[in-house]
Amino acid sequence: MNSTIAGHPRPSGGIELYAWLFMRISGLALIFLALGHLVIMHMIHTVDHIDYQFVAGRYAGLFWRGYDLAMLLLALIHGANGIRYLIDDYTRPGKWRKISIRALYAVTGIFAVMGTWVIVAFQPR
Amino acid sequence: MYKGGIGQWSWIFHRITGVGVLLFLLIHILDTALIILGPAAYDHVMAIYKHPLFRPMEVLLFAMVLYHALNGVRIIVIDFWSQGPRYHKQLFYGVIILFVIGWIVGSYYMVKPLFRVQGTGVSVQENLLR
Repeated sequence: MNSTIAGHPRPSGGIELYAWLFMRISGLALIFLALGHLVIMHMIHTVDHIDYQFVAGRYAGLFWRGYDLAMLLLALIHGANGIRYLIDDYTRPGKWRKISIRALYAVTGIFAVMGTWVIVAFQPR
Repeated sequence: MYKGGIGQWSWIFHRITGVGVLLFLLIHILDTALIILGPAAYDHVMAIYKHPLFRPMEVLLFAMVLYHALNGVRIIVIDFWSQGPRYHKQLFYGVIILFVIGWIVGSYYMVKPLFRVQGTGVSVQENLLR
């Protein structure tokens, strides 16, 4: 065993070590992206000001599209890998665990493709 | 796993808040995707979020994101700082202190517009005293 006592134990190597590292690196990035998003959208502007015109203005340039795309994909993959840890912890190895993980990948893929498409394809009217 | 204590509670909260934030993320991807359909569809769904009854949900969501972020930093510190595991309890107290301060301050700015009468910039108290 290793000495980790707070989060997922550090795997010894292979793809699981990369997944473990990804959780920490994406987590740090999301502190700035997601908390920044919350402060800008919910505290400086508040939900009262968010409407189609507001988003159209934000998406007139590339900066906020890039910001949102990075946040979307990092958060989705970070969340999906977190759920994978839960499935591994709370299901027995076998058919249902495999089905659960495949369903997780399918849902994650659909949301990633749809979210990316909206951010890239949106044209303000 | 852990047998009770701060280590276990910080870990359970990390899982619960992680799942909660992910569920909201999926909903939020769906509602934001409506922007592609034009102003009518998007502004209609945004009206739900603007309802005063939704504000407590927003404050709860902020709590989940903030705890997950702060405890996430604690996990990274414990993983990468050689003295981290020794001070995991103290680090958790730090998380709780920063969480309470951040949550109160952030929530204040989220809830503040609720106490303004729409469009007038006058607070509810001022309005009642008129």
